[in-house]
Amino acid sequence: MIITKRLAAGVCALLAALAGSALPASAAEGPPKDSPKVELVLDVSGSMRARDIDGQSRISVAQQAFDEVIDALPQGVRLGIRTLGSEYPGEDKTVGCKDTKQLYPVGQVDRTEAKTAVATLRPTGWTPIGLALRSADQDLGTDGGTRRVVLITDGEDDCAPPDPCDVARELAANGTHLTIDTLGLAHDDKTRAQLECIAGATGGTYTSVRHKEELSGRLKQLVRRSKAPDDTPRPAQGGNDCPSAPEIGTGIFTDREKFGEHRWYKVKVKPGQELRAAASVTADRQVDRDYGVLVRAVGDNGQELVRGSDAGSGRTDVMSSGLRYPVGKAKKGGDDQARTVCLEVSSSFSAPPSVKRDPGLPVELAVDLVKGPDNPSDLAAFGLGRGWILLLVLGGTGLIAGLLWGWLARWRVAVWREN
Amino acid sequence: MRAFRVLSHAVLAVTALLAAAVPASAKGEDGAPTEAGTTFRTATAVKQGQKATASASAGDYLYWQFPAGAGQRPTATATVNLADVSARHGAATWRLDVFDGLRRRQPCASGEPEKKAGQQDSSVTLTCTLRTVRPWAERWSDDPLPGAYYLRLTVADGPEEDLGLPVRAEVEATAGDAGGAHAGGGELGAPLHAGAVAEPKDGWTGGWWSDRWLWTGGGALLAALAGIGGYTLTRHPHRFRSRPGAG
Repeated sequence: MIITKRLAAGVCALLAALAGSALPASAAEGPPKDSPKVELVLDVSGSMRARDIDGQSRISVAQQAFDEVIDALPQGVRLGIRTLGSEYPGEDKTVGCKDTKQLYPVGQVDRTEAKTAVATLRPTGWTPIGLALRSADQDLGTDGGTRRVVLITDGEDDCAPPDPCDVARELAANGTHLTIDTLGLAHDDKTRAQLECIAGATGGTYTSVRHKEELSGRLKQLVRRSKAPDDTPRPAQGGNDCPSAPEIGTGIFTDREKFGEHRWYKVKVKPGQELRAAASVTADRQVDRDYGVLVRAVGDNGQELVRGSDAGSGRTDVMSSGLRYPVGKAKKGGDDQARTVCLEVSSSFSAPPSVKRDPGLPVELAVDLVKGPDNPSDLAAFGLGRGWILLLVLGGTGLIAGLLWGWLARWRVAVWREN
Repeated sequence: MRAFRVLSHAVLAVTALLAAAVPASAKGEDGAPTEAGTTFRTATAVKQGQKATASASAGDYLYWQFPAGAGQRPTATATVNLADVSARHGAATWRLDVFDGLRRRQPCASGEPEKKAGQQDSSVTLTCTLRTVRPWAERWSDDPLPGAYYLRLTVADGPEEDLGLPVRAEVEATAGDAGGAHAGGGELGAPLHAGAVAEPKDGWTGGWWSDRWLWTGGGALLAALAGIGGYTLTRHPHRFRSRPGAG
C-alpha cells in the first residue's frame, strides 16, 4: 500500500515537474520546427505616400495593420517581415531594383521589436516584386511547416525582368509548397492583373483593399490560414507510359504536367482491396476557355479498367476527377497476388501562344486503398420489396395457393369416400 | 486515495496547459466554422445543418466539406453577401459546385447552383440538391456514395475590376431522408474520403430500418390471409352457398 502511494506520488511529482517546465521551456525555444511560417512582404516604394485610404497614407494604413497582425499573431506561427523599395531613393534602376531588405527574420516574434521596426519605414524607392518574392522564399527556409508569403503592394513591378508572375510560378514549382497571397492597395488594371497572376500561380488569393479595416482583417485571416491543417503532398515524377511509370503507394502526391502531357503512375492493389484515386490539375496560369481532365485506371495488358473525367469552361482553379477500382477477393487456391494498376492523368487544358509552357501545370494525385467488399447481394435494402404490385403479387399467389390446396383436399376426400 | 486525487489534478493541469497551447481555432459561438478552405485538401469540415461562414475576396475559391450517408438527399445552400454596390462595376455570376469524396463532380438534381447577381443586388443565394446517396454503386458509375462531399463557391463570370472585393459567404448543408423507395442494399468498404468529417446521425449506411419492412411484412400477411381464404372457399363451398338458407 505504501509502495503504491509512493509510486503514485512519484508519478505525480514527475507530471507536476513536466507541467511546470513545459510552458517556460516552449516560450524560450520558440515554436517547433514544423510550425507554420509566414512572411509579410511590404512595398515601401515612393507611391505608398499617396493618401487615398480613408484619408490616410497607404504606408500608415499598412503600418497600423501590421501592428494589429503582430498583436493578434496566433501562437505557434513564425512571422517574418521583408520590405521592398525601402532604402534607395535615387533614379538608378539597377540599384533601385536590388532594393529589398529583410526587416524582421522569420521566427518567434518579439512584438515590441517588430513593431518598432515597422514604424521606422518611410516610402522611398522602386518596386522590385520579383526579387523580393525570391528573397522571401529563401527567408522562409525549408525546415518544415507550411510556407506562406503575403505581398502588400500598391503598384506593379517596375523592375521586370524577371516578371514577378514567372518568379511566383517558378517558386511554386520548386516543390517547397509556397503560397503567395497578394493584397493590392491600388486598383488600376495592370496592378490587379499582375497580383492576380502571382496569387493564381501559387494557389494564393488576391484581395483589393479599399478601407483600413479590410487590410488588417484580411492580413489576420491570411496569417491564421497558415495554421489550417494540411497534409503536405509528396513529390512524384510520373512516367510517360504504363511500363515506365513509378510505383507509388497511398498518400497525396504532386507532379507537374505540361499542356498535352500524360502522366502515369503504378499502384499495387491486393485482392479484396479497393483502389481510390482522385486527381486534380490546377490552372495556375491563363488558359483557354474550354478544358477537361481525364483520369484512367489501366490494367497490365493495357485494358482500361475504369475512368473518371470532367470538363468545363470559364473561370476555374482546378479540374478534378476520381475513380474507384475494387479488386475482387481471390477464389480458394486462386491467384492472390497483388495486381498492378496504372493510373493515367491527362488534361485538355490549352493556352494562348503567349503563355509560358514551363514548368507544367501542377497535378495533385490522392491515392487510397481500402478494404472493399464489392458484392451486394441485392440492390434493394436486405432484398426487401415495396409497393402495391408487390402486395398484389403476394396476395394473388397466396390466394391461388389456397385455392389449389383446397381443391386438392376436396379431391382427396372424394377419393377416400368412394373407397 | 489522496495520491490519486493529486495525480488527477496534475493530469488536469497538464491537459489544461496543452489545451492552452492549442490556439483558438476558427470557430464561431455555436462551434460553426468561420473560415473556408482554399483547396480540396484544406476544405473546412462542416456538420449537416451547421451554418458555416467565411469572409473572402470575390474571386477566391472557397471550399467546405460535409458528410452524407446512404439514403439521404443532401441540399447545399450558399448565400453570398456582395461588396458595396458603389464599388462594383457590373453583374457577376456566382457558382456552387459539389464534388464527392473522390473529387468527382456531382450534378445538381434540382436547385440553382449558378446565378447572376445584378449590379444592384446585395446578395445572391445558390442551392444544389444532389441525387439520393446510394449505399453502393458499380465502379463505372458516378452515383453519389456515402462519404464527404466538397462544396466549392466562386465567381464564375463577372467584371475583372470586381475581383478582389470583400464578400461574405454563408453555406449550409442539410440532408433529408429519401424514404424507403430509395433504400438500397450493398455496402462500401469505407465511406469516400471521410477522414475529416463526422459520421451522419444515421450512420454512413443509413441504418437497417426502412418502410420496405412494412411493405414486405404486410405482403406476407396478405398472402397468408388470401391463402386461408382460398382454401376455405374451395374446401367448404357449401358453407358459403348455404349461408342465406341457414340464416
